[in-house]
Amino acid sequence: MKTLTKELPATSRKQKLKKLLFSPKLAPYTFVLPFILAFVIFFVYPIISTITMSFQNINIATSEYVGLENYSKLDNPKFYAALSNSARFTFWTIVILIPFPLITAVFLNSKLTYLKNLFKSALFLPALTSVVVGGIIFRIIFSDMEEGFLNSLIMSIGIPAQEWKMQSNTAMLLMVLLASWRWMGVNILYFLAGLQSIPKEIYESAEIDGANAFQKFIKITLPFLKPVSIYVLTVTIYSGFSMFTESYVFWRNGSPNDIGLTIVGYLFDEGFSYGNLGMGSAIGMTLLAIVLIVNLIQLKFFGLFRKED
Amino acid sequence: MKNKNRISSLFIFTYFIIVCGIALFPFFAIIMAGFKPTADLMRYGVDLSIKLDQFTLDNFKTLFSTRTGEVYFHWYKNSLIISFFYTCFSLLFSSLVGYGFGVYDFKGKNSLFVLVLIVMMLPVEILILPLYKMIISVGLIDTFTGVIAPFAVAPIAIFFFRQFAAGLPRELMDAGRIDGCSEYGLYFRIMMPLMLPAFGAMAILQGMRSWNDLLWPLIVLRTDLNFTLPIGLTALISPYEDNLDVLISGSIMTIVPMILLFLFFQRYFVAGLTAGGIKG
Repeated sequence: MKTLTKELPATSRKQKLKKLLFSPKLAPYTFVLPFILAFVIFFVYPIISTITMSFQNINIATSEYVGLENYSKLDNPKFYAALSNSARFTFWTIVILIPFPLITAVFLNSKLTYLKNLFKSALFLPALTSVVVGGIIFRIIFSDMEEGFLNSLIMSIGIPAQEWKMQSNTAMLLMVLLASWRWMGVNILYFLAGLQSIPKEIYESAEIDGANAFQKFIKITLPFLKPVSIYVLTVTIYSGFSMFTESYVFWRNGSPNDIGLTIVGYLFDEGFSYGNLGMGSAIGMTLLAIVLIVNLIQLKFFGLFRKED
Repeated sequence: MKNKNRISSLFIFTYFIIVCGIALFPFFAIIMAGFKPTADLMRYGVDLSIKLDQFTLDNFKTLFSTRTGEVYFHWYKNSLIISFFYTCFSLLFSSLVGYGFGVYDFKGKNSLFVLVLIVMMLPVEILILPLYKMIISVGLIDTFTGVIAPFAVAPIAIFFFRQFAAGLPRELMDAGRIDGCSEYGLYFRIMMPLMLPAFGAMAILQGMRSWNDLLWPLIVLRTDLNFTLPIGLTALISPYEDNLDVLISGSIMTIVPMILLFLFFQRYFVAGLTAGGIKG
């Protein structure tokens, strides 16, 4: 009996703790705890650390504060090549990866389309391939040899064979094509998901009012797709400026005249190939600034994510 | 009207035949290349005509019998392990977090969710240098844990799970509570099974992402035998293309698990994206 009364306060404290932990009040925080932890450890801390590093000159054992030196060193042709390549790449992927998937998704959603599932799967198949495998396939198709597939094709219609990976414009073409080929299916699915959440009644009442297909597309489909489009645009901008693999798979050890160099490629070179973490961080901060500014402008322009449904 | 529909239908059908032709052509190209003698590829580039008398399994035989091939299967195993654990962890963590955001109202919820959106919209590439330093200092360089841990809580998956969970009937939670179920029991016993379509869709997305990821594994993994497939395959690309046999047959084999994954979860895919969808 004595021991029991002694134990009682302890168990009740334990139970209280358990009750608190299991209470609907605290439970939500335990659910989101993984994010909070990951956010602090793998996001906030690294960001602070990269900001600090960008003002430092870092060697194997030592680091010294050098102010804005790393940033001023960015004023060089290589960095501008990287900037312009990433910007051009982003521009072209936006031009290709928004309108085409949108139209294709509208067709896929139409009741006039046969074999929908087959087409949907076929278009999604490239997304399952890695950029690396895609790049290897593209290297085969766009072989520099005169006997290579595309070269022999264009030569047969009188265009001279091209050294695809060696010229600035064709290099950009290769990267944009590879990215577009892989991402098309993903964006189609995003748009398709958006289309399927549009209530059918709206179309029906528009039909009763005598709207034609084009009017329905402009007046109903496009406005309803706005949130998806903003999302897709944001992701395209983000992945455009942070593109690395498409370039790496074509020119692992550097492209001629940096025609394939991207911002992340430059960051990778400085940070890992030359061990220059300070400079790499400065490049990273510049990338961050670019993506932030571009995305803020586009979000301001097209409207923000709604916080609630 | 009927005629008009038939013409539109035919137009759309032609459109899809062309677009799918373009999307599938690279697969056709690599499969053709895979069953041709590599000596021909080196000499003539890829000729895509079908010549049955040239058909050969040599490339695949090389893959299964040589030293390079042996290393290749190490990479294959590594990729499978990393992708499996990455996908499981990211689904578990992201679904918990997304569920928390989706079904509960709590103090600080909106500001926390804005943080998720911010992480989602910022390039992770800017974090690779500090993360690299961190991974070195905790001794996780060249380990699979080092590859998986930093990105195991995936904001994009949180976002989808949250959208999906927000659409779940909350009456079920109340019913469960009356029956004496704890909040965590509610998640594991009642709500998680209802979120299966979201799990299916995210399994495809996250599986794809980890299987195909190059940059972060390239930084963390140092020794040949620890490489994943994307790192290994790019290492095989040489200016002289002298690994073409392994490179091509290896690339074909690399696509297979993703296709299986897709076929397995396919029926959940668009459904999961739609219901969870990007409502706004």
